[in-house]
Amino acid sequence: MDETPETRTTRRRLLTAAGAALATPAFAGNPKNLPPNVPDWTRQLGDGVAVRPYGQPSKHEAHVIRRDVQWLTASRESSVSFTPLHELDGIITPSGLCFERHHGGIAEIDPEDYRLIIHGLVEKPLIFTLADLKRFPRVNRIHFLECAANSGMEWRGAQLNGCQYTHGMVHCVEYTGVPLSVLLKEAGVKPNARWLLAEGADSAAMTRSIPLAKALDDCLVAYRMNGEMLRPEQGYPARLVVPGWEGNVWVKWLRRLKLGDEPWFAREETSKYTDLMESGKARQFTFVMDAKSVITSPSPQAPLHQKGFTVISGLAWSGRGKIRRVDVSLDGGRNWREATLDGLVLDKAVSRFYAETEWTGQEMLLQSRAIDETGYVQPTKDELRKIRGVSSIYHNNGIQTWLVKPDGEVENVEVS
Amino acid sequence: MSKCLNALAVLVALTGAVHATDRKLDIGRAATPAEIAGWDIDVRPDGQGLPSGKGSVKDGEQVYMMRCAACHGEFGESAGRWPQVAGGQGSLKSTDPVKTVGSYFAHLSTVIDYVRRAMPFGDAQSLANDEVYAVVAYMLFLNDIVDENFVLSKGTFAKVKMPNAGGFYDDDREDSEKAFWGTPCMTDCKANVRITGRARVIDVTPDDKARPRAD
Repeated sequence: MDETPETRTTRRRLLTAAGAALATPAFAGNPKNLPPNVPDWTRQLGDGVAVRPYGQPSKHEAHVIRRDVQWLTASRESSVSFTPLHELDGIITPSGLCFERHHGGIAEIDPEDYRLIIHGLVEKPLIFTLADLKRFPRVNRIHFLECAANSGMEWRGAQLNGCQYTHGMVHCVEYTGVPLSVLLKEAGVKPNARWLLAEGADSAAMTRSIPLAKALDDCLVAYRMNGEMLRPEQGYPARLVVPGWEGNVWVKWLRRLKLGDEPWFAREETSKYTDLMESGKARQFTFVMDAKSVITSPSPQAPLHQKGFTVISGLAWSGRGKIRRVDVSLDGGRNWREATLDGLVLDKAVSRFYAETEWTGQEMLLQSRAIDETGYVQPTKDELRKIRGVSSIYHNNGIQTWLVKPDGEVENVEVS
Repeated sequence: MSKCLNALAVLVALTGAVHATDRKLDIGRAATPAEIAGWDIDVRPDGQGLPSGKGSVKDGEQVYMMRCAACHGEFGESAGRWPQVAGGQGSLKSTDPVKTVGSYFAHLSTVIDYVRRAMPFGDAQSLANDEVYAVVAYMLFLNDIVDENFVLSKGTFAKVKMPNAGGFYDDDREDSEKAFWGTPCMTDCKANVRITGRARVIDVTPDDKARPRAD
């Protein structure tokens, strides 16, 4: 039978009327635009150049946005919005879709008035302008940034229906910036320095202590993301990049670096971003993000519309290095098979994985499991709970399960 | 000969480029003591960075009622969803741990540092040092850590004992979670699989069509 829009919509109506559960893509378009007809965009001239001096996504992609969960926090200035992972592919997150976590709103800094001070246990305290920072030798690095509280709402059980909400506090972009080691060399670090305090210029004046060894290893003071200047939400004009470590230490709107011989025990590394165990004691300085993965499609916000050949797609990352392998299960973790890693597989960056299957409308319990180059295997949520209890809020890297139902809808579930 | 010299020149140029970051580049300028002093507001557990000044519990009550109570509650119990600053002692092992200055903060310096840099929310760095000391003294009083006559200053700082001072230990995942490194099972990993929880039952996922939730 010829597949015309008319027959497709009719068939859909029939299927719905007959109570068939599987959702086929609803045809909401205009038949006049389909062959053999010639649509308006072929007959008429479109907008000229420079009508859109800073290009925006197609108006038809208006649903691809960051979203927040209003009941989570007391205010939007100290809150979070989530990356729509289910709408993206590849490994690079578009700048405007990178999740936001602010503690005192977005600082709007005039680049002319931006200053970075380095002081404390240094030979020569220095102050830099943004133009100064841009004169230094620079490097380009692709890294993931994950909030330590990503998946934090899921410790006590499946709660939010969508990988945007369960896993959307992660993004991955290319940063351009000065290696922190170069800036520290310029100031001359004194031999007794062991720690670095990084401070933001926002109204939370966010501070975190970072071991000097990490600062000298692979940290950057970045001013660009994906080639353009940092977005205000991501710390314009300069932020710290701390590869593989929890997002909170990647201080945005960076204004001050102080060298010291001990950590500072700032609010964000004591009362927050510490992991309370069942014993009533809490782990502190849990910087590294454990290996983690999630299937982004299908997922609750990206249900299946068609039976037949189906690509299962997702992301995997590890704060300890590269992703070595990702396994996918269709039966809730009884049996596993290796997924394909496609594209760049980089140190402390997200990797994209695919697994192909033939979906006949059967119920599936989809899981993915990341294995990094250190041999760390992403645990189940119950394996994590056995060690950590359910009150630690942060660092939930447990295996996610999506229930795919016969009608193609997908739900966040937990399995035995 | 000239070829050799050229090659040498290229080599020198390349070497120079490679080692560009091994020397100081003379970018930026010395920060003045006054510039540093204006931004250098951090306070450490050993007291390094404590400002001059002092504040009493009594004065702190006034500041707290005017500047803090609207969000944190008159007794530190929290108004709405804002952080609770008092109470919660003995709750950390329970299923509903309450983290406050009295129950969770290990260091007094953390409270002083945070109030000084970030509070009141929306009017940061507006409190005088005496007000910072006073309001922190009052929060200690609300948590039964000091009595009503206490005056907080650089001199009395070290006398305060925080109840949860021994409540933290450094990241031990590479030991306590060593079992997560290994070779994973690929086939027949469990006898059966049962669904034990569903997000739909809880139904708290935001809906684009739904109105914002008031909490």
